[in-house]
Amino acid sequence: MKHGGKLAALAAGLGLSLILSAPAMAQQKPAEIKVGITTFTSGAASVFGVPGKQAAEMLAERINKKGGIQGVPLKLYFIDEGAGAETLTAEYRRLVESEKVDVTMAAISSGNCVNLTPLAEDLKVLNLMWDCGTQRIFEEGEHRYNYRTQANATPEMMAALLYLLKTKPDFKTIAVVNQDYAWGRDSWQLFSAALKKLKPDVQVVAELFPKLGAPDFSAEISRLLAARPDVILSTSWGGDLDTLVRQANQRGLFRMSTFVLPLAESSLQRLAGELPDGVIVGARGDHYFLHPEYKDDADFKSFVEEFKQRTGAYPIYPAFHMAQAFAALEAAYDKAAAANGGAFPDKEKVVDAMDGLKFRGYGRPITIRPDNQGLEAQLIGVTRTTGDHPFPIIDDMMIFDAEAIMAPSGGKSLEWIEGLGAGFIETPAKEYKHGK
Amino acid sequence: MSHIIILAVLDGVAYGSLVFLVAVGLTLVFGVMRILNVAHGSFYALGAYAAASLGLGLSALGLSPWLSYPLFVVAAAAVGVVVGGALERFLLQRIYRHEEALQLLVTFAVFMILDNAQRLIWGVQPYFYSEPLRLLGNVAVAGITYTAYQVVFLPLVAIAVLLALRLFLRRTLAGAVIVAVTEDREAATAIGINASRVFLLTFVIGTTLASLGGALAAPTTSILPGMGADMIVLSFAVAATAGLGQIEGAAVAALAIGLGRSFAVFFAPELEVLMPYLIMVLVLLVRPEGLFGKATARKI
Repeated sequence: MKHGGKLAALAAGLGLSLILSAPAMAQQKPAEIKVGITTFTSGAASVFGVPGKQAAEMLAERINKKGGIQGVPLKLYFIDEGAGAETLTAEYRRLVESEKVDVTMAAISSGNCVNLTPLAEDLKVLNLMWDCGTQRIFEEGEHRYNYRTQANATPEMMAALLYLLKTKPDFKTIAVVNQDYAWGRDSWQLFSAALKKLKPDVQVVAELFPKLGAPDFSAEISRLLAARPDVILSTSWGGDLDTLVRQANQRGLFRMSTFVLPLAESSLQRLAGELPDGVIVGARGDHYFLHPEYKDDADFKSFVEEFKQRTGAYPIYPAFHMAQAFAALEAAYDKAAAANGGAFPDKEKVVDAMDGLKFRGYGRPITIRPDNQGLEAQLIGVTRTTGDHPFPIIDDMMIFDAEAIMAPSGGKSLEWIEGLGAGFIETPAKEYKHGK
Repeated sequence: MSHIIILAVLDGVAYGSLVFLVAVGLTLVFGVMRILNVAHGSFYALGAYAAASLGLGLSALGLSPWLSYPLFVVAAAAVGVVVGGALERFLLQRIYRHEEALQLLVTFAVFMILDNAQRLIWGVQPYFYSEPLRLLGNVAVAGITYTAYQVVFLPLVAIAVLLALRLFLRRTLAGAVIVAVTEDREAATAIGINASRVFLLTFVIGTTLASLGGALAAPTTSILPGMGADMIVLSFAVAATAGLGQIEGAAVAALAIGLGRSFAVFFAPELEVLMPYLIMVLVLLVRPEGLFGKATARKI
């Protein structure tokens, strides 16, 4: 009886503690996962920032409709990258310290990534670099809280160069017209260093770096018409790329030279009849609303169609990059919860889960390497006018695996390029024709 | 080498013509009203958006694209009169007597508001309207293809505007009144000139010229948010190089900046971005009042 009394008391105590601990466990699950996103909603780069924001809003709605991540809905906070570095830094800090966001997605601009990644480390907040391209961040320091959910400039440039070397191997001269800022300079440095290793006889006949946002490229086009290069590279984007293409087309430059435009997937719908056939265009990853491997996939089609319906345009690469960041976020919480015995994970456990994370947005699956860099495939092809759309589509596509065309984890891109041999040109790629 | 120089001159003249059209409005407004209008670049952008919208409307209605040329003038005048007139009448008139820093801040605020308004109305994706450029076709010079619009039409319009402004200011009563207010506002007011009306007229002309520059640039460039900011910086460089308030000086400075930029593209591309400011600094080092400016005693 005595023992029975003790047992009953123990059982009662255990029951009480279970009852008490149930709400305590539930309280660990927050009311919402707060996500702070930096994107351009003003200035020239809003051609990327606004589609990125629209994609984020659409994806958050979709996730919340199915109950959120691990049962917790998302709440988004946006900061305008166009407001300038100081305001952006102050706003970022405010989001983390005052709004207590759980995760940030920063940024589009490489300069902003360079500024914000050390801050994310200081504030100990998980940051997903959703769109910026500079390869330097993970090559120049170790990070715990910063991860990139897409590629960097190195594979983007190598894919463009390989496509050129595979499809137009006989060119002898090249010129570059890039925007005069970090991306324009860095991308040319990578491209030209690799070109020098793989085809050292090619002569660079003009290196032009007009101002970012330049309204006119007449003088550059005159010089290119006079220099008659076999190939013209431009990693320009947005209004600058559109103006360059339109002025060059009007003056017949496309008839003289092969253009390589690694970011032109984002301009196809705007340029419509201005962009002739046969121009080599890339998409900063394997991003294309007619992705040859996924265009018939129900999920992919649903994303493309809903985006088109909501915004009036097909998704371009920033929208796909945003989808990859959201896919990484979901995958990280799921992985962390699984490692936490099914319970909702704390912030540090989510950061732990990012190591080696595998996830998929609307392109090929992506893996986070030990240096926190994502491995993202690269799609590249040439423009072709068909009757299917009122703008040129991408044909004769090649998709390169990421690992084959970028420096290994912990390596530096320029040193890796220095070590490239002639065999690099034979890097395999999967080839696709439009509609096949 | 000689044919490269010809190409550089052609490109420089074409670019300088467009810059002149925008900068001359800024310099006129400063010359008469002594106000540095930071919102001037917004009128360039609004002119471009208005011209492109009207042009695209023409295309949608199936009307002749040649009508786009008179429509450019209509678009520029509409922006200058409606937006410029409203800005001067309801805002600037209240701050003429205040210090220059406040004027700069107020016009900067207007610039920000108009920039956001453009984004609200036209969105963030670039607009194009290149039909007028195609209509005039191409010309070949030294084996290089140019658009007639840029190397013939734009310089002709710039010359016409320069001559018209000279005639207006020196041969018409309204022009004489403007010059009188510019020379001595108090004396002009004392003899019965309505300075407020002169200010309104001047501001509308200045902003119409900026809008005309934007409208004429529309067929050659991408029209997008932020385009006004670049042009205002360039216009300030032209106005400072010329000497603030100098109409002919603005033409010479715009030409110098256009030529400097295009020669840089051909012979020293790394200097292209710097060229307008290098020219400005060099001129101001030698002549702090600008190429055509007059040194005046400062009232304290």
